[in-house]
Amino acid sequence: MKGRMISPGKIESVAIVSKEPIGFYGGIDIKTGIVIEKGHPLEGRSVKDKILVFPCGKGSTVGSYVIYGLQKNGVAPGGIINKETETIVATGVILAGIPCVDQIEIEKIKDGDIVLLDADNALVKIQKN
Amino acid sequence: MYLTKEEEKILDGDEGEVKERLFRLLVRLGDIYGADKMIPVGSVQVAGVSYKSISDPGIEFLEDMASKGAKVKVLAYLNPAGMDLEDWEKIGFPKDFAKNQLRIMNAFKNMGIVVTSTCTPYLAGNLPRFREHIAWSESSAVSFSNSVIGARTNREGGPSALAAAICGGTPNYGLHLWEKRQPNIKIKVDAELEFNADFGALGYFVGKQVKNKIPYFTRIENANTDQLKALGAAMAASGAVALYHVEGLTPEADLVEKNDLETMNVGKRELDETYEKLNSGKDPDVVILGCPHASLREISTLSDKLKNKHLKKPIWICTSRIMKEAADRMGFTEIIEKAGGYVVADTCMVVSPIEKMGYKTTGVNSGKAANYLPGFCKQEVVFANINKLIEAQL
Repeated sequence: MKGRMISPGKIESVAIVSKEPIGFYGGIDIKTGIVIEKGHPLEGRSVKDKILVFPCGKGSTVGSYVIYGLQKNGVAPGGIINKETETIVATGVILAGIPCVDQIEIEKIKDGDIVLLDADNALVKIQKN
Repeated sequence: MYLTKEEEKILDGDEGEVKERLFRLLVRLGDIYGADKMIPVGSVQVAGVSYKSISDPGIEFLEDMASKGAKVKVLAYLNPAGMDLEDWEKIGFPKDFAKNQLRIMNAFKNMGIVVTSTCTPYLAGNLPRFREHIAWSESSAVSFSNSVIGARTNREGGPSALAAAICGGTPNYGLHLWEKRQPNIKIKVDAELEFNADFGALGYFVGKQVKNKIPYFTRIENANTDQLKALGAAMAASGAVALYHVEGLTPEADLVEKNDLETMNVGKRELDETYEKLNSGKDPDVVILGCPHASLREISTLSDKLKNKHLKKPIWICTSRIMKEAADRMGFTEIIEKAGGYVVADTCMVVSPIEKMGYKTTGVNSGKAANYLPGFCKQEVVFANINKLIEAQL
C-alpha cells in the first residue's frame, strides 16, 4: 500500500491495531508505553517497538511531547500508520524520529500482522497474517 | 512550499541552531499538509507546561532551547502548570514536583513567553481578532479561538506552537484556509441545555461521534461564552474537533456552506446516556471546577452558592491568576475559602498530581475533565452539574 510520508525511516514489526483514535496525552503512559485510557480498545497493552496502527489522533495538544518522551524513555512504538495523521502526531514523530506514514487503508491491517513500514518510500506491506 | 530568501537563510542556520531546527519542523509540516507558504501569526499559545505532562525529556528539550538563546517573536502565552505557582505549599503540592515545575517555568520565561499559565488565554490578555492567523495549542483554546472568535489556527502540538512563536509564523494550510473551515456534519440538538455541564455532556457525545469533523449545530438557542467554552473543550477531548459552528451564535455560522450536510440528532436520551457513562464514582473526595479555567462569572456563581456555608469535602475552582486577582478583590475568594474551598490559580486538576495528594474520586462539571481524569489521574469520576455537586457537600 502506498501512502504519504510523515516522518522517514524503515521498520518491520508486529502491528497493534486500534479502530478508535488515540490521544497520547492521558492515553499512553509516558514511562511504560502502556495504553491507560479507560475503555480504550487497547487499554492495558504496550505499544513499545510495535507498529501502532490507528485512524487519527485525538485530544490534547500535549500529545507531541508524550510521543517524544516515549522515545526518550525507550518505550515508543517502532512506527506509526494512520488513515490521517494530524499535526499533533506529526510533530511528535518528526521530533522523535519515529517512521510514520498516513493515507493508508488501515482496515486491511490486522492486530498481530507482521508489517513492513518503509516510510522513506511511503510504503506499507503486510508480510505475514 | 515557497520560501523567501530570508526563510531559506534560517534553514541554512544563519539565525542559530535552535531556530534552524524549529523552522525545519514547520517547513516539514507545511510540506506534508500542502502549504503554499509561511504566514505570519499574531499570537501563540504554548501547551506542554506541567511537569506531569512533559516529564524529564520535556524539561531537557526546553532547557536546551532556552540555554541556546531561543526567543519568541510574537505574543506567546502559556498553558496551565502542574501547580499553583504561588500557593503550592499551602494547597499541598509535593516539593520535588514543585522543583521540577519551577525549572520548566524558568526555561519558558527565559525564552520570553508570558508565564501566565492558563488554558483560557483569551480571558487573560491574549485575545486574537476575527480572521487573525494564530498558532495555538491547547485543544480547548484552539476550539474557542477558531469557533467563538473566528480566528484561524490549526491544532498545533506543544512543540510546533513553540516553533511558531520563535519563528513568528506558521505554514499556511488547514484551518488557515477558508475552504477548510466549512462544516461537514449537521448536529440537530433537541434537548434543554441549562447548566454548563449539559454543554460538556453534549460536547463529549458529539466529539466521540464526529472525531475530527467540523460540526454545525442547530437549535442551540442561547449559550454564553462559558457554555461555548465547555462545549468546545469536551469535543476537543473526546474527539479532535478544532472548529465548530453554532447557528445564530458563532461568527462564521452565517458565512459557511451548510446545505446538504449529513445530519445527526442529539436529544435528551443521548445526554442522559453520556452522564451515565462518565460517572464511575459515588462520593467525591474533592470537587474540582474550572476546566477549562473558570471565568470570573463562574467564580462568582460558586461564591454565591457557598456564602455562609460549610463544605464536607474541599472544592477547588481552577482559574488564571488574572481572574483570581479580580475574585480576591471582589471578596469571592474569601467566601469560598471560608466555606472550605480553594481558588486555585495557574493549574488544573488534569495536569496536577492529584492522585498523589490522596484523592481517589473527583467530582467535576466538565466533560473534558471527566474524559481525562480516569486515565491520567487514576480518578473515579462524579460528573454532574454545579448544583448537584455542591448540594452533596453541604
